[in-house]
Amino acid sequence: MRKRIPFITAVFATLALANVATAQAPAPPSDLSVQDTPDDSGKSVDLQWSLSNTDIFNPLLADVTLVDPSTIVATYSVERITTLDANGKEVDGEDSQWRVITEAGAGDSSFVDRTVELGWTYNYRICAIDNQGDASNWVEATTTVVPEMQMFDSSKAWLAIFMLVFGGFVAYFINEARSGKTLWVRKIAGLEAIDEAVGRATEMGRPVLFVTGIQDINEIQTLAGLTVLSRVAKTAAEYGAQIEVPTCRSLVMAAARETVESAYLAAGAPDAYQPDKIHYLTDEQFAFVAGVTGYMVREEPAACIYMGGFYAESLILAETGNFIGAIQVAGTAMPSQLPFFVASCDYTLIGEEFFAASAYLSGDPLQIGSLKGQDYGKFFSVLILVIGLFFATTVSLTQSTESAGFGSGALGYINNNMLGSEGLGSFGGGNTDTEGDDS
Amino acid sequence: MKRTVPLIIAIVAGFVLLIANFIPFAESWGLTAQEWFNILAVGAMILGGGNLLKLHLMKVSGQRKGWGYSVVTIVCFIATLIIGMFKMGVNPNPLTPDYAWSGYYLESGSGLWWIYQHMVVPLTSMMFAMLAFYVATAAFRAFRAKNTEATLLLITAGVVLLGRTYAGVWLFEGWLPESMQWLRFDNLTVWIMEIPNTGGTRAITIGIALGVVATSLRILLGVDRSYLGQD
Repeated sequence: MRKRIPFITAVFATLALANVATAQAPAPPSDLSVQDTPDDSGKSVDLQWSLSNTDIFNPLLADVTLVDPSTIVATYSVERITTLDANGKEVDGEDSQWRVITEAGAGDSSFVDRTVELGWTYNYRICAIDNQGDASNWVEATTTVVPEMQMFDSSKAWLAIFMLVFGGFVAYFINEARSGKTLWVRKIAGLEAIDEAVGRATEMGRPVLFVTGIQDINEIQTLAGLTVLSRVAKTAAEYGAQIEVPTCRSLVMAAARETVESAYLAAGAPDAYQPDKIHYLTDEQFAFVAGVTGYMVREEPAACIYMGGFYAESLILAETGNFIGAIQVAGTAMPSQLPFFVASCDYTLIGEEFFAASAYLSGDPLQIGSLKGQDYGKFFSVLILVIGLFFATTVSLTQSTESAGFGSGALGYINNNMLGSEGLGSFGGGNTDTEGDDS
Repeated sequence: MKRTVPLIIAIVAGFVLLIANFIPFAESWGLTAQEWFNILAVGAMILGGGNLLKLHLMKVSGQRKGWGYSVVTIVCFIATLIIGMFKMGVNPNPLTPDYAWSGYYLESGSGLWWIYQHMVVPLTSMMFAMLAFYVATAAFRAFRAKNTEATLLLITAGVVLLGRTYAGVWLFEGWLPESMQWLRFDNLTVWIMEIPNTGGTRAITIGIALGVVATSLRILLGVDRSYLGQD
């Protein structure tokens, strides 16, 4: 009996210690799943897991205060092992051992591993670690994963379809125009006023100021502005008016010089072209505004034309132009700046009118054909909008009785597949969240 | 030739990047194109700086109207260039103390930092602050009740303006019945911003998006070449 006492004591002590050790370790995460990132070039793997029961950010925990403070999860350690390379051969060296890929914070339940190689085979495991550094048991993914490259990004399938339909409309009407069909375009007052503005400047013997915005040449608004500049410069050359083009970017200055020089050449007045009138001021937004408004106050141009991408400087420019009594025409695709131009300028090209300016001013049937195609694209968009509105209204009215009906499925499909990033998918399948995808 | 080569470059680059948007294999091509653009832009900066100096030097030498401002511009330009390029007042990076120019160019206390903090920032703030006055003058002109539309605009602006302040709540405190609380300016403001304003903005945005696509297609198909200086 006396021999047994130390033995029993030792057994209990061991059990007690083991119990203490287990109690101090955090609960492990669960359900680690790994999959090749869809629609990518085979350079990443998506990992997801369920949070540990001692992670206080776990939404499934009924009462956070019941969690033992010493076991609260601080981080999740994710490890990876490489088993086969792209040729199917076993990997040796460091990659063949488990190695830490990331330390995800508490509450994180996903990670994208962007350090993988195309065609290699990987396995992953995860454990939770508390503030004392105690780690839970490892949880291994049930399957291995091989990153693969997809030839087509299926999440953008609907975008591709829209582009093809829209491009088809444009190409069709360009072809119609080429075959001699007359296409009608409504009058755009702002563009009609350009000749009037340049004529006024000529009569008054004052310059015409043209600002192409503050964006660089790689922005479509700057290009659209340059196309209008081409027409303005040609008119100025024909009338004998002086044109001043301060720019906010060096590349825009170089392009604007080419544009204006060609316009003067086309107008038969190459000698009147003065390259120094198209000059660079500064890249700094408000310094540029100070330079331009300073010029406006000193030289008092009779016409101020603003065509391009503008930000907060739009109102300063337009109000200064208004102050000096210039006739002002503006065009931009910045919705937030449009009210300022409308309030301060005589004419404003709103959004699409600005992009139509090039085709409108050139009078080229091919370009006008593209405008017609643009209109059909708009009709197509409005059609989808009306269908979406119909389903949204139907779902809203019948939500209490028929939440999972055809309308809900259709609305979910429009939101998540057509306007979202779930690609073609299947109607009624997948997520039918009517709140939609922000993208 | 002068226009054909840029046109070919624009068309090829445009189509390649358009297609690359749908092919994961080519997703990095857009970044490569952006890097090329940045390299070109840096080169063009020399062109722009040279142009700036040339114009102002001409103005000073010809003693044209306002040439004194040009002197200030030239002095500031050259001083900033020298202070920035030679990293005046910048201490070497502690990790590489043997390399005198290894410090961060905008290190606190350095020459360029001083110029930025004590000259550029206040001047920029001053220009931005002027916006408040311009908003007032523009609003005064835009909101005159000349016709029905302008009157509607004036009323809407008045409601939103008051609704954004405590006055929107205070004006209706204590006397408006519970069933008519939606008439409070703060509630009306939320409705105006969320319904008519969002609807209008979206309509404009859809038009802009289609305009961008149509313009891009015209450029990619070579139908619109006016940006190259040809009508």
